Amino acid sequence: MNELLLIVSIAGSRVALPAAQVESVIELDALIPVPRAPHHVAGLSALRSRVLTVIDCQRSLGLGETTFEDGRIHEAAVVEIEGHHYALSVDAVEDVVEALSEPKEVRAAMGEGWERVSKGMVETEEGPLLLVSIDAVISGQPQVAAA
Amino acid sequence: MEDLIADFVAECREMLESLGGEIVAWEAEPHDRARLDCIFRFVHTVKGNCGFFDFPRLETLSHAAEDALADVRAGRRSADAALVSAVLAVIDRIGEMIEIIERGEALPEGSDGDLIAALEEGAEAPVVETAPTLETETTSGGHGQAAPRTIRLSVELLDRVMSGVSDMVLARNELARRLREAPEDVAVAGAFERLSGIIAEMRDSITRTRMQRIENLFVALPRMVRDLSNELDKQVMIDIDGGDVELDREMIEMIRDPLTHIIRNAVDHGIEKPADRLAAGKREIGLLKVSARQSGNQILIDIVDDGKGIDGDRLVEKAIANNVLEAAAASEMSARDKLGLIFEAGLSTAQEVTAISGRGVGMDVVRSNVERIGGIVEVDSTLGAGTRMTLRVPLTLTIIPALTVSIGDQHFAIPRSAIEEIVRANGSSVTLERIGGAGVATIRGRRVPEIALADVLQLQSVMKDEERTLVVIRPAGGDTYALAVDRIHDHEELVVKPAAPAVMGTGLYAGTTLADDGSPILLFDPAGLAEVGGVKFEAAERAGRIAETQEAANDDAVEVLLFRSLGGERRAIRLGLVDRIEEVDVDCFSSAAGQLRVQLGDQILPLAGMASLDQLPASGRVRVFRLGDGDQELGYAFDEVLELDSLDHEITPAEHQGEVEGVTLVAGKPAELIDVHWLFADRLRAVAGKPKRQPVCCLPSDDMWMQNMLRPIVEAAGYRVVNVGSDEESIAELVVSTVDAEWPLPKEPGGATVLRLRNSADGDEESIYRYDRAGLLMALKTVTAAGGAK
Repeated sequence: MNELLLIVSIAGSRVALPAAQVESVIELDALIPVPRAPHHVAGLSALRSRVLTVIDCQRSLGLGETTFEDGRIHEAAVVEIEGHHYALSVDAVEDVVEALSEPKEVRAAMGEGWERVSKGMVETEEGPLLLVSIDAVISGQPQVAAA
Repeated sequence: MEDLIADFVAECREMLESLGGEIVAWEAEPHDRARLDCIFRFVHTVKGNCGFFDFPRLETLSHAAEDALADVRAGRRSADAALVSAVLAVIDRIGEMIEIIERGEALPEGSDGDLIAALEEGAEAPVVETAPTLETETTSGGHGQAAPRTIRLSVELLDRVMSGVSDMVLARNELARRLREAPEDVAVAGAFERLSGIIAEMRDSITRTRMQRIENLFVALPRMVRDLSNELDKQVMIDIDGGDVELDREMIEMIRDPLTHIIRNAVDHGIEKPADRLAAGKREIGLLKVSARQSGNQILIDIVDDGKGIDGDRLVEKAIANNVLEAAAASEMSARDKLGLIFEAGLSTAQEVTAISGRGVGMDVVRSNVERIGGIVEVDSTLGAGTRMTLRVPLTLTIIPALTVSIGDQHFAIPRSAIEEIVRANGSSVTLERIGGAGVATIRGRRVPEIALADVLQLQSVMKDEERTLVVIRPAGGDTYALAVDRIHDHEELVVKPAAPAVMGTGLYAGTTLADDGSPILLFDPAGLAEVGGVKFEAAERAGRIAETQEAANDDAVEVLLFRSLGGERRAIRLGLVDRIEEVDVDCFSSAAGQLRVQLGDQILPLAGMASLDQLPASGRVRVFRLGDGDQELGYAFDEVLELDSLDHEITPAEHQGEVEGVTLVAGKPAELIDVHWLFADRLRAVAGKPKRQPVCCLPSDDMWMQNMLRPIVEAAGYRVVNVGSDEESIAELVVSTVDAEWPLPKEPGGATVLRLRNSADGDEESIYRYDRAGLLMALKTVTAAGGAK
């Protein structure tokens, strides 16, 4: 059985997340901001009785910023890492597909943000997709880049 | 005792199970220090507990193994195959014995001399296979083991259940909202009420499965100290305080061993023999104080003894002798660093090895156990005067009372324990100044650094400085500062969980929590706020400051909580008297034995705040203040909390004594101030069933022993205590004095009985030895009975 991938779009690009790591997909409404937190931490949200730390994937990649105050609904993928729950805010969650290949190195030059989170390229029925490392997205940009 | 044995058996079994792999690994690699330590800890624990439970055979065996392993640890002996086999045989034998104890049978007579001899250096390797096992059937199957009445659950499972219940509560709240919008249907509403009740009950009980009062840990201490001191021919009094601090169950388990070790050490090595104490000019009875309290995001447990203290220089000598420390490094050590050596492995200043605390094991184990749960052990000692050990453990998952404040429209929580007082920036006793851009607040003459929360958080706030409220904060181990916030909201009990690393990385927060409506709230770390806000600590001035703080606490600005009573009146109550606010289902209110009562958890408290049950709503929940005088508790039902404020206006006293002490201005409007003393006097007298005659006892106010030790006993016997020289001394029926005090002690002794106490056990009939508890109680009773007959 091949690895399942969750196709999402971040900053207009379609990429894949390892579906096994994603607990659920939710719709975010109001966020509680965390003052002085790193830029890519968009705020806190509650999923039932758990507190979710919301990571804005666009900001983490340095590709813009999602605004949460516009009243629109934002989709996010919920993951748990070391006992903490995170919601990765993306433009849209599209589909779950099977990976048809192992991730392979991307030989073309990617943007700086993408380069950092890339786990390689995987073939799917919908064509090649970039496999994104969830850990790298959560840890955000190195401090130097953020400054 | 049964419970304790069951715990001991369970603990040993767990250790044996986890040890299984270690033993095999140690056999393969006898020089592996970590494995050796592990096995050593096991035999040490078994030995320690055996001394307590009186299993001499088990004790001899484990002691022998410990001796052998200690030699290996100290490098006096190497772990060869013979020793390894001998130790393994001992551990197997211990396992068999524990099984027998578990079945509730007596350990059979017999000797373990063969195994002990095998541990001797140079002994022949024992033939483990043929080593005689205990002369009893060890097949547990046919024996019909009694079904245990408790089971052990993984905390993870409890966590899952707990989060399930929390989800259920939120779902119920959602359903309640929907039901209110839908057309009323009595049947549905009734069913929903029942469901709500069940959910609330479930939440309470599941929360309680995780939280334990630290009392559970403390109850075994008096007995342990008593047995230890008997064994060592010492006299030790233990004083326990703060048993009501609640701590995560897991945390309690984690600090059980370290605490036991520290107390054993204190009794064994700290407190001297009575003769030595007398020679040193101390009372012959040593005092051991164990207290727990919450401080910011930590729980502090202090273990203080008045024994001989720790000799830092001797520790250094030993450390150098044992090659733990270089002589050159020693000369540069501060006194505190020297004391810190006590936590190094293999160091102990005790001259002799005893059955109680062994030989320098313990403190290193204590430290590693405490550090594993993210805690700290601190030691402070004055040679000749005593030692203070402080365990600091984090509050993760503990429930803490917090104050919610806001900047703009975002809410935050501040741990209540760090808050000293709350003042308005524009109040008459407060001035705000800017000195070189830094804020300085002068509150009743005391200057404290002031930081605006909005600035620290880099948040927009439209509020002007002088419209803000200042929260005066003193973090644990830090200096006081004033934090300017936009608004003060509610006093809440929050279950705090650690936040994600990125959030904790800011240094500002101690964790996150969920408010009643399900939205997340960030809890501040008071020390972190000060640091990020740029407050400089002045450690040197700390001592002066503490004295100053205490003065300030006695000042007239008392914090009050403004609330709306069930009858709709604006009322205020002194905040310090409110232990917590609880929401209680209307079903929990009752009128029994001529008095209104409320059930809070498993307690039934007398209730004030309403005249009859008719004032309650037909269904739903009612808020209740839990008021405490440190000893007894009382409930006070009310409608809602309006505001926190300080009491800085004069009180116009009420005409009659009663629930309301008087009227004062709170937040600009009149409010009735509750007379809590009257409430307690009124409700608790009723609890006793009938008005009780309270005889008066007069004690010298300057005798510390009488005030601290005797007074609680006298009060427990039903007396009201007044001081010598007070106006009321003339009505005293009993006067207590020392045997050599000048008569007459009170200016007008009246018809009082005089009870004279002496300090030594020998003496005549005229006086009573002051630790003759039975004699004291008898004397107290005699006077009560005589007075009652008059």
